[in-house]
Amino acid sequence: MEQYVIIGNGVATVGCIEGIRSVDKESPITVVSGENHKVYGRPLISYYLEGKTDLEKMKYRPDDFYDKNGVTLLLGKKATAVDAKAGTVTLDDGAKLPYTKLCVATGSSPFVPPFENLESVKDKYSFMTLDDSLALEKALFPEAKVLIVGAGLIGLKCAEGILDRVASVTICDLADRVLSSILDTECAALMQRHLEKNGMTFLLGDSVARFETNKAFMKSGKEVDFDVLVLAVGVRANIGLVRDAGGETDRGIVVDEDMSTTLPGIYAAGDCAQGPDLSIGAKRVLAILPNAYMQGHTAGVNMAGGEATLKNAIPMNSIGFFGLHAMTAGSYEGDLYEEKTEDSIKRLFTKDDVLKGYILIGRNERAGIYTSMIREKTPISSVNFDVLRKAATTAGFSKQTRKDKFSVPV
Amino acid sequence: MKRVYVNEEWCLGCHLCEFNCAFANSGLSDMVLALKGKPIYPRIHVEEGDKIAYAVSCRHCEDPMCVKSCIAGAITKEDGVVRIDSNKCVGCYTCILVCPYGALAPGESGAMQKCELCLQNSCGEPACAKGCPNNAIVYEDRSPKNTVIDDAANPACF
Ligand SMILES: Cc1cc2nc3c(=O)[nH]c(=O)nc-3n(C[C@H](O)[C@H](O)[C@H](O)COP(=O)(O)OP(=O)(O)OC[C@H]3O[C@@H](n4cnc5c(N)ncnc54)[C@H](O)[C@@H]3O)c2cc1C
Repeated sequence: MEQYVIIGNGVATVGCIEGIRSVDKESPITVVSGENHKVYGRPLISYYLEGKTDLEKMKYRPDDFYDKNGVTLLLGKKATAVDAKAGTVTLDDGAKLPYTKLCVATGSSPFVPPFENLESVKDKYSFMTLDDSLALEKALFPEAKVLIVGAGLIGLKCAEGILDRVASVTICDLADRVLSSILDTECAALMQRHLEKNGMTFLLGDSVARFETNKAFMKSGKEVDFDVLVLAVGVRANIGLVRDAGGETDRGIVVDEDMSTTLPGIYAAGDCAQGPDLSIGAKRVLAILPNAYMQGHTAGVNMAGGEATLKNAIPMNSIGFFGLHAMTAGSYEGDLYEEKTEDSIKRLFTKDDVLKGYILIGRNERAGIYTSMIREKTPISSVNFDVLRKAATTAGFSKQTRKDKFSVPV
Repeated sequence: MKRVYVNEEWCLGCHLCEFNCAFANSGLSDMVLALKGKPIYPRIHVEEGDKIAYAVSCRHCEDPMCVKSCIAGAITKEDGVVRIDSNKCVGCYTCILVCPYGALAPGESGAMQKCELCLQNSCGEPACAKGCPNNAIVYEDRSPKNTVIDDAANPACF
């Protein structure tokens, strides 16, 4: 009989629970949840503010998920230390939980750079959790001017979510473009035009020099008045528990393709983990939900004595604003194939006979066919790429591949 | 499990499966009312390449990427069938990003749609296979244990 403990209660934890239960139906599982909520779709917190979902629909699993899986859920409890030798997790209430297998799925925390006089701002929020979203919601009012620091995925999603509920939303970023982690200059410009058309205002290549209650003094000399401030500059993986227990950490908790850390019996998964990224052939934090689930599941299977590895993880993202979707995957290196219109861009990157990555804005039907080519390293010489690059279609695959995909029993 | 399979040698590329699919999932009993003069949102898609055509719909994968990737937890697999709860879907398109078959697309409301084998609509079994004029689409169990081809007609459909 094992004694499983999982720290954190996000999607990686759900993957871990389901992974464990695919092998071991019996042994008890304890989940330590810092947040006082059952698991919800974290990315939905902006859709909640936008009115596209509600607290009930945001539930990532049904209410009876924990019971059905034999999970003891400790809500609103934080793990403060892991003792890898003794095999225990200490909680903030002093309790010690013994484990035989541990998964650390602690996600990430907002990173707030030291802005001068940030303390003077009363109404300031992060945008990472459901509680953040509920608190922000309370602060919004129709005449409110909102300043969001950070034009990344989280900042922009927040902006979209609140735009119709306030008078104005201004977004600033030190980077010279929006979504700088996934879009190049031209693609970012297309998306920015679309966001501006829909009512957002940007101050790019600029950052806040100092705050004074309800005013931001920008490095450029501009001044921005605001009622509500959202800080969405970036996130940092929660690696402290494993680092302090003596495990290897870098930007994330370093894991192998089976999600094991360097400490015996301890696994890590999700936004806190730094595992293999096929697209660069090195370990990297891939802070996206699909990866959290898959890493969690892989960890769970291995914790329960099964065998699983995650070999083909890549960065991939689908993010839409006001009906315009940007999909990105892999790495942007090699030869470029491009198609452009007024309101769409398609960029495919090929190198060494494989598709390395893509950016698709506006035209993303069936993009998963491209994603699968990246993940499976499908040789370009084995497909009809003249057909495939124009449209994502399985008709571009060889007859044998089509047969394998569509005729074999599933 | 019974699944939808295609035989590209027999597909005529007539697209009837797309219309039958859209009709079966329309909730209406009159095909003309359901489809005429409207954009249709079928859950099956005829692929056309160099002298070939065949229809593609959800494979109900053993290990479905869409289920693992859905940010809303709206896609589940139960009893071998991958289903989407359109009520929970927020239209982020992550499932489109990951499906290796290109088998999901937004419906009229913006929520994602996919083949659910017509098990919950009035057809009761895949309308694409039932209406395929050349038997290029079949609904059968090809798992090693069960090789019997089942093409029993459902009189309630069409
Ligand atoms: C606004 C927003 C939008 C997003 N949109 C997308 C998107 O569209 N697509 C996408 O793929 N990804 C998106 N993401 C990222 C996605 O949400 C994450 O990749 C995913 O949720 C990570 O899951 P996780 O289980 O690893 O971590 P988390 O969901 O962060 O869960 C970790 C949990 O651990 C808890 N915890 C931490 N330390 C402790 C401790 N010591 N003791 C107890 N509990 C602890 C935390 O409170 C947290 O609840 C978005 C994120 C945000 C914030």
